[in-house]
Amino acid sequence: MLTIKNLHVEIEGKEIIRGLDLEVKAGEVHAIMGPNGTGKSTLAAVIAGREGYDVTEGEIIYNNKELLEMETEERALNGIFLGFQYPVEIPGVSMNNFMRTALNEQRKYRGLDPIPASEFLTQMEEARKLVEIQDKLTNRSVNEGFSGGEKKRNEIFQMAMIKPTLAILDETDSGLDIDALKVVARGVNALKSKDNATIVITHYQRLLEYIIPDFVHVLFDGKIVRSGGRELALELEEKGYEWLKQEA
Amino acid sequence: MITEATLKNKVTDLYKENKDRIFSNDPPEIRKLREDAFNRFLQLDFPTTRLESWKNTDLRKVLEKDYSIMFEPENGNVDLDRIFRCEVPDFDTHIISMYNGWYAYRDKPLIKLQNGTIIGSFGQAMKEYPDLVKKHYNQIAKTDINGLNALNTAYAQDGIFIYVPDGVETYKTIQMVNILDRDDNLFVQNRNLVILGKNSKMTLVHCDDSHNQHASFTNTITEVFMDEGADLKYYKLQNLNNDTSLVNSAFFHQEKDSNLATFAISLNGGLIRNDIHARLNGEGSHADVMGLYLLDKDQHVDNQVHVTHAVPNCTSNELFKGILDDHSSGVFNGHILVEKDAQHTNAFQTNRNILLNDKAMVHSKPFLEIYADDVKCSHGATVGQIDNEALFYIKSRGISEYNAKLLLMYAFAAEVINEISIQPLKDRIDDLVKKRLRGELAVCDQCVLHCKNQEQAYEFKIDMSKI
Amino acid sequence: MANTKNNILEEVTQSEYKYGFFTDIEMDTAPKGLNEDIIRFISAKKKEPEFMLNFRLKAFERWKKMTEPDWAHLNIPPIDYQEIIYYAAPKKKPKLDSLDDVDPELLETFDKLGISLDEQKRLTGVAVDAVFDSVSVKTTFQDTLKKHGIIFCSFSEAVQNHPDLVKKYMGSVVPAGDNYFAALNSAVFTDGSFCFIPAGVRCPVELSTYFRINSAGTGQFERTLIVAEEGAYVSYLEGCTAPQRDENQLHAAVVEIVALKDAEVKYSTVQNWYPGDKNGKGGVYNFVTKRGMCKGSHSKISWTQVETGSAITWKYPSCVLLGDNSIGEFYSVAVTNNRQQADTGSKMTHIGKNTKSTIISKGISAGFSNNSYRGLVKISKMAENSRNFSQCDSLLLGDKCGAHTFPYIDTQNSSSIVEHEATTSKISDDQLFYCLQRGIDTEKAIGLIVNGYAKEVLKQLPMEFAVEAQKLLAISLEGSVG
Repeated sequence: MLTIKNLHVEIEGKEIIRGLDLEVKAGEVHAIMGPNGTGKSTLAAVIAGREGYDVTEGEIIYNNKELLEMETEERALNGIFLGFQYPVEIPGVSMNNFMRTALNEQRKYRGLDPIPASEFLTQMEEARKLVEIQDKLTNRSVNEGFSGGEKKRNEIFQMAMIKPTLAILDETDSGLDIDALKVVARGVNALKSKDNATIVITHYQRLLEYIIPDFVHVLFDGKIVRSGGRELALELEEKGYEWLKQEA
Repeated sequence: MITEATLKNKVTDLYKENKDRIFSNDPPEIRKLREDAFNRFLQLDFPTTRLESWKNTDLRKVLEKDYSIMFEPENGNVDLDRIFRCEVPDFDTHIISMYNGWYAYRDKPLIKLQNGTIIGSFGQAMKEYPDLVKKHYNQIAKTDINGLNALNTAYAQDGIFIYVPDGVETYKTIQMVNILDRDDNLFVQNRNLVILGKNSKMTLVHCDDSHNQHASFTNTITEVFMDEGADLKYYKLQNLNNDTSLVNSAFFHQEKDSNLATFAISLNGGLIRNDIHARLNGEGSHADVMGLYLLDKDQHVDNQVHVTHAVPNCTSNELFKGILDDHSSGVFNGHILVEKDAQHTNAFQTNRNILLNDKAMVHSKPFLEIYADDVKCSHGATVGQIDNEALFYIKSRGISEYNAKLLLMYAFAAEVINEISIQPLKDRIDDLVKKRLRGELAVCDQCVLHCKNQEQAYEFKIDMSKI
Repeated sequence: MANTKNNILEEVTQSEYKYGFFTDIEMDTAPKGLNEDIIRFISAKKKEPEFMLNFRLKAFERWKKMTEPDWAHLNIPPIDYQEIIYYAAPKKKPKLDSLDDVDPELLETFDKLGISLDEQKRLTGVAVDAVFDSVSVKTTFQDTLKKHGIIFCSFSEAVQNHPDLVKKYMGSVVPAGDNYFAALNSAVFTDGSFCFIPAGVRCPVELSTYFRINSAGTGQFERTLIVAEEGAYVSYLEGCTAPQRDENQLHAAVVEIVALKDAEVKYSTVQNWYPGDKNGKGGVYNFVTKRGMCKGSHSKISWTQVETGSAITWKYPSCVLLGDNSIGEFYSVAVTNNRQQADTGSKMTHIGKNTKSTIISKGISAGFSNNSYRGLVKISKMAENSRNFSQCDSLLLGDKCGAHTFPYIDTQNSSSIVEHEATTSKISDDQLFYCLQRGIDTEKAIGLIVNGYAKEVLKQLPMEFAVEAQKLLAISLEGSVG
């Protein structure tokens, strides 16, 4: 589904990712771990198509297409979803309106008519139940006045609505208490299928107790320095990142 | 109205009669500047309330008085130690004084320190360093839009000149003291020029101080050029008698990565007008423009702050706070101008006022004028009174209403005071503000830094989180 | 990426004016120019009583001594007041009992504008007074209103049928010599709407006036007077358009509102005068004086405006809060595009005790336009415990436009609280990216965000108007429907 080859990325002339390779297949869950400032969020932003990142070398193939050639919204319409580390507030734009616009764009892209109101409401209701958010939140403006936990749940809620092919969850666990973490993980697990894939970016292995990854990669200094199964996460938890730094 | 015309006539006649003396130090270019500025003054006249920027400050009463103008300094050295001694504990400064509008140390009008720093009389600097002066003089100030500024350019013979070479950090805080002490009413027009070289650093404390109860009218311009990476902290303290009028115009020109912090702290004085212009002319520069005014009786303080963002990637922050009692009136006119293409500007402006009395008055005009789209600008202005909830909270802890109010007023002022980075000065101003709030400094004919009632400090601690 | 964004902003800044057509209709006009004779001519045409003529002549005397205001952040080309036609009316007898008598051309014009004068066709709940050039054409729903004792008619009719009310209230809020444009209006105004809600009556329908400038070279000078007696309530809507012309047209209107004890008046405007073409040619000069007087205690006046049109807007709907506990509100969305200029805001004068005012202003600038908020909050000595809150936000689309905020705060009372907040920003890249990441394209995303930004004001509009306003906002910024 996603193949990244020898990716190099600069921000304002500073190289952040230095030759990264990654292969993600349908049905898989990948976890990317690593200390702060090693390029985890940069990777997520580049896949989603955020401005301000210069890809100086390498390529990303997504479902046989050159991902880097595609506009941000085109990537989204092709099934890429980014769960933001810091979801932005958009005052005055209600969640309902926002989601309906997003879903209709998806449908338009696939040649479908706009979503009927009743179907939309049913989907909203189901997604709300999945991540246990109150319906009053969906009547509020996008992320405005949401607590940290509510914002993160709202990301998973949107993921449930949009049903992406490839979801990238950027530090979705940061700032969550254990109950909220469970809810978020349950949401992610429920949405998992053989046709889609998830990349979980995290700092701690805590989240991985609830979202079981098939592969764990350790990102350090802009490269994947180690890949392995779930046990790698546990090893990291035990030994910390210092051990890897020395190895690298 | 007749007397107003008289002062204009008087300065006109005196200018013509005393050209020889006024021009005595001038290079020819500066002579021309004076003549042009004088003609401009004749067109513009003294500002009236008909002008938008002078709408709330009426100079008529100031202009009605009769003043004498000195075209030459008084003979001999003045025993400044007798008159003025700064008594801020632990405040180690290099003091330079102006005495009735003239540089006080006539025998040593200009000193050059080993590191190349030049400090002294502006009049002397025109003679000794004409090129340095010409390069910046009247380049930063806008003397063609305001009659008073034009008149200053025509008249100004002396003031303070400071030059700090590239890379030099002045080892001591420089303290400019403006002393007025004469047996009649005086009209003083000083001109200060400060030139900061690349990556130089200086702290300047500028005090105005009256030593008797005669009326005076001071019209000062301070021009400051800050080259790349220069860092200036500029504290303007005003503690004058209530018969004084002070129009203080300061113009700052900032090049790349320079950093300015200015404070206008007005504790006493009859009529005070601060015109502060900061032009951010090089990328990466920053300006903090702060002010505090504590007014009572018939005092009037007018703060006009113009911050111009001329290039991208600069930041500015304005914070002015005032507490007004009795018949006093306060004006705040903030103007942030973000010029076209000055992208990535961050500019903030805040003016907060507490009115203690229905006779006091506040006019606040926080303006934003923006021609670039990628900017973050905000401003806020409030006029209110002491928060009753907070007052109740404090009283419920057994503190008297009087002290509770003091606490809250102090806390209100502290936001500005806390920004002062020289600890002894901060402590002193802190102490003065507390005294001022208790009404102990209502009319102080001593310098702020020379306060006689230096008994034990008034002790209270404030938990800001509870307010 | 950056390029697509710029392209869309470019598209957004090049929308077309949808109401630019011209109706060819026989008109009765006065010769152009302004002098005492013209004023006498207008007054005679309208068969006015003497007090009206005197009011006009006095205003004209005042006007001659005044000069155009120059303090606004506007670049106003010189206006030749002798080149303007001050009176133009459709030749057919304008005021008619039955719709059948109205010139079909006129009916069609208003139909095209989406303002049906046919009561059967209209949604219930809105009574319309249609003003074509200088003259009121038709007022709908007269019977319903009469039942409640409500007077809603053209100003000319009010002068004929209710001279005492007109005499009592006209000029009581905006005096003839208030300002240059108000004085001009007082001298030459031709028509407008009059509305009187008797004590205790809650007007069952929305009252609406629709203004249309049609003829070339004419100025439009209408005058609206709304009086709400004790405990009365009315919601009043105003809309306006003009044909696309190369020359500039002057619109100098006066609106006066009087609210007595416990009365409430809600005044909403969707202003869509022709803004000129994208190079700034043509367009309406909209120089309007709107003021409400909260005369009685607990009265309330609320202004809501959506300003998308006009080449130049100079307009400050204001409230004088005279009665104790009275409330003044101002909600505004002002969009400027291309070469448009707007200097608009509000003035809240607190005189009574416990008076409250709120100002919410949202400016949106695009193209080469300049958009300024200018407001005054004045708390007088007597206005104990008064409160004002102002929030003025500006949004910039593109880097060639300007957004300015000029608030004035004058306070003389120590028990009052005045708060002003303002921000200027562009649509943040983060917000845009968030929308794009959810598959929403840039144009739609800008639309969503702009509408969200203006929501606080739009929600103040009556339902039917809100939809129109939202559409207008979309047209003004091309396809930005949320």
